[in-house]
Parts: sequence; C-alpha cells; structure tokens
Amino acid sequence: MQSDILKLEQLHKNFGGVTAVDNLSLSFAKGEVTSLIGPNGAGKTTVFNLITGFIKPSSGKIIFNGWHLNGKKPHMIAAMGIGRTFQNVQVFSNMTVLENIMVGRHLRSRCGMFFSSVLPPFLRLEENRIRSAAKEWISFLKLDQYADFSAGILPLGNQRMLEIARALALEPNLLLLDEPASGLNARETIAMGELIQKIKSMDITVILVEHDMELVMDISDRVAVINFGRLIAEGTPKEVQQNPDVITAYLGT
Amino acid sequence: MKQKDYIGIAALTTLIIIVPYLVTNDYYLGVLIFTALNCLACIGLCLLMGYAGQISIGHGAFIAIGAYASAILTTKLGWSPWAAMGFGVVTVIFVAFFVGIPTLRLKGHYLAMATLGFASIVHIVSVAAVGFTGGPSGIMNIPRLSIFGFQLNSDVKFFYFSWAIVIAGLYLAVNLIYSRVGRGLKAIHGSQDAASSLGVNITVYKIKIFVLSAIYASISGSLYAHYVLYIDPGPFDVMHSVLLVTMVAVGGIHNIWGALTGAILLSLLPEFLSFLSDYLQGFGIRYKTDYDTLVYGAILLLIMLFLPEGLFDGLYRSIKAVFNLKNRLMKGRSQGAV
Repeated sequence: MQSDILKLEQLHKNFGGVTAVDNLSLSFAKGEVTSLIGPNGAGKTTVFNLITGFIKPSSGKIIFNGWHLNGKKPHMIAAMGIGRTFQNVQVFSNMTVLENIMVGRHLRSRCGMFFSSVLPPFLRLEENRIRSAAKEWISFLKLDQYADFSAGILPLGNQRMLEIARALALEPNLLLLDEPASGLNARETIAMGELIQKIKSMDITVILVEHDMELVMDISDRVAVINFGRLIAEGTPKEVQQNPDVITAYLGT
Repeated sequence: MKQKDYIGIAALTTLIIIVPYLVTNDYYLGVLIFTALNCLACIGLCLLMGYAGQISIGHGAFIAIGAYASAILTTKLGWSPWAAMGFGVVTVIFVAFFVGIPTLRLKGHYLAMATLGFASIVHIVSVAAVGFTGGPSGIMNIPRLSIFGFQLNSDVKFFYFSWAIVIAGLYLAVNLIYSRVGRGLKAIHGSQDAASSLGVNITVYKIKIFVLSAIYASISGSLYAHYVLYIDPGPFDVMHSVLLVTMVAVGGIHNIWGALTGAILLSLLPEFLSFLSDYLQGFGIRYKTDYDTLVYGAILLLIMLFLPEGLFDGLYRSIKAVFNLKNRLMKGRSQGAV
C-alpha cells in the first residue's frame, strides 16, 4: 500500500448560494493516475482550482505531502511541486514554444531584476542551462520542429502537448491535467494516453479530469466520480463502471 | 540579447556619434535632446505595457516627480545634481510602489483610469503647492549637470550625455527582456493564470516592473530639469502621459525597438511639419499652423489603421519582404540562365 500524496478533507466551496464542492473527502495515492469524472458542472475544475490555490475553499483542508495548502497562493503551490494544465488551453501565445517551456523553468533559477538587466557572465551560463533543459522537454514531447514557432499558431493538439511540457518542466511531484484530450482527434487521444502513462512511469502522480471514458478507463488506476460537488463513487475503473449510482448520474433515472 | 539587438545598439550608437556633425543648429540639437528624454521614458513604459501587458497613463507624473526632485533639491537646498537625481529615483520608487500595490490589481481600462487619476493628482499638486514647487511660475536657475568637474554646458555635450543614458537604458532593458524575469513578464501578459501556475509571483512582478518603468521616467525628468534649467507644471500634464502611451503604441508596443521608433518619430514629427510649412511659405503656399495638428493626427491614424502592430514592425516586415523578393528574383534569374 502506497502513501497518499494529496488529501482533501471535507472540502467545501460555495459561490454565493451555489455549492460547487460539497464536503468532498478524497485521497490520492502516490505514483498513481487518478481520474476525476462526473457530468458537466459537477465541480471537477473547481476542485483543481482549489488544490492549486486559484480559489479559496469555504471550509475544509487540502493536505499535500503533509503540508496544508489552504491560503497559499498559486505560485507558492507551484513551488511546492504541483503542476497543472487548463481546460481552455493557456499557452503564452506571445512567446515561442521554446520560451513557453523556459517559463516552466522559472522556479529553477533565482535571479532577480537587477542581475537580469546587467547580465553578468554566470547568468549567461544559467540561461544556457535553462535553454537546454527546455529543449530536452521539447524533444520529450516531440515538439522539436515547432521550437521557434509562436505558440499561438500551433494546432490545438500541439498546444495541449506544449502545456503539459511546460508543466513538466516545473518538475512537479503531482500533475493535474484538466481535460487534456478535449478537442483532440482519435489518434491524438491515443498519443495523449501514452504520454500520461509515460509521465506516470517518471514517478509523477497524475490527477486527470476527462470526459473521454475510453481514455479514463484505459489509463486510470483509480476513478472518483463526483456529481453536484459530492463524491458518489470511488474505486478501480471496473468497480466504478458497475456502480449503480454512477450509471444513474450519467444516464439519468 | 540576440544578434539583432547588438546590431541595433551598434547602429544607434554610430548614428548618435555622427549626428552632431550633421546637425549644427542648436535648436534642432535641442529637439534631439528632448527626443532622447522621450525615448528613455518610452523604454520604461514599453517594458510595462508591451512586455508585462499593464497599461499606465500616469508616467508623466513620474517624470514630474523626478524633475521636481532635481529642481527643488538643487535650487532650494543646494544639493549636488547627482544626489538630487538619486533622491528623485528613490522618491519615485516609493511612490510607484505604493501607487502600484492597489492599482495593479486592476486590469485593462480600470488600470488606465486609476493611473490617469494618479497623473492628474500629481499635476494638480505641482500647480497648487506654490511654496514647494513654485506653482504655475515654476522653478528657475536649476544648475547644470557636471561629470567629474566637466560641465555639460553646451547642447552637443548634453546631446551625447542624454543619448548615452538612453543607450545604457536600452541595453539593460534588452537584457531584461531575454532573461528569466522578462519571460515571467511576458507570461503574465500571455496568461496570468498559467504564469502563476508555473511559479511566477504575478503581484510582485507587476509591482517590480511598474517601479522599474517609473525609474526610467524619473531619470528622464531629472535630465529635463538640468537641460532646460527651468521647470513649470506645463510639460507634465496628463496629456504628456497620453503622448508617451501614443509613442509606444505607434512605434510598436510589443517591441522595445518599436517604442524607440515611436518616441523618435513623434518627437520629430511636429518639428518636421512646422519646418515643412515654413518651407512651403517660401513658395507662396500659406496655411494656418492648425493644419500641422491635422496632418499629425492623420499620420497617427494611418499608422494605426495600416500597421496595427506599430511602425517598427511594419517597416521591419516590408524591408524583409523586399529582401526576400530580391533574393527570389536573383535566384529566378540564375536558374533561368541555366
């Protein structure tokens, strides 16, 4: 039995009168791929935004590797080793593909505004290190031919790959993928599945929000189903598929 | 820094060295000095607007603070101009920091309005605080700058000095753009959420770049005071802040060289238009000087319509297109010969 990397304890979030996340308690095992599924508006993305600090929980606790994440800002949470992608791809379209990934190395150097402007020799070396590390990630994601392209002109599939490469450049322990396969064609979806398994083999825990059930059932070690912000089922893909509550939630009564 | 930027800086330096040999008229040299001061402010503003994506219609206020710090401290307290300039920079750092904390939470139009409000507050203070700033009649007898006892007492000397500062400022800014910090700023411009998910502290970065761009403006203001040797609130009104934004936008907001091009163009254009009207008068063609403003506006409009990415980008692309066409024609000819 492996230890849990992330624990949500009675997490609760209201937006005005609407309850988006309702007393959600969930643990995510280290090194596994866990999928978070549920109908549209079930609160999956809200859970991601709570974990990564973009919104603050109304009550409850988020514990990552024994650290409380409540009240931490997104950049601090990134520094603790949680990377994420976005449902609507958020590549930096004003930068090249290579530069996008170099932003992912932001936390791997500490140089501030003064030294950046004066550019002493040691900084040139550091820049080269950042550049070559970014290039490795580009090769890993097979984006080499696009390295100097403006990120905004890439097709959607490559933009999703780029977003993942950028998050991986952070060298996170936990990676949150928000609908990585949405908008991708069948072949790209298969490639995405292979990529996620490769990421898992690099000892990175993955939490996946996805609507493509084939992909989810294929690559997940565990699946958690939420509806109206509540956890309605949790288990292996097989267990979840046979759960009557899940069938009701998806197909209606 | 990339090769293109090295070439650009080398070309600019060469041009600056040559210009005083070509332009011997003190008036035009003065115009070129004001151009340098605008360039300095626009470099800072471009870092803020083009790279970090935060607008400010309040940079005239930072120029004013720099200028008044230099003027007041040197004339009333007898400080050395350099100490006064340094004090101006420190003041601007504090002011920009405390203005930036609340305003940089705002986005787009709201940020524009807030900084505009700040600019008009500083302008009103400079007019109304008569005991301190001299009010509308301003401050006279500001001493000249001197470097190690070498007084900058002619326009040529001040021309070289001011442009040397611009080139130094440009060098630092270009280094910054290609650094970790520059990438962080561009990331904030691209997507604040994605930037913070990668560990960029967006609040701190926005404030830092706001302060840095204010420092550029402050130095520009101090130099203004020590060149004109007299200041009043007139040149630092809200319209001057708007003009700086226009310069950056016309030249090309996403490129530091664009900001420089815009600052140079809009500083020289009014002079050129009045020169043109004088010239035409020699041929018996007379028109009201109001038409200068009309033509000025029309030129801005045409640039923004046809070159929305700015003048620099437009010129750069058309030169590139001409070269490509030439290469293709040459290739075609050689293939035709075979």
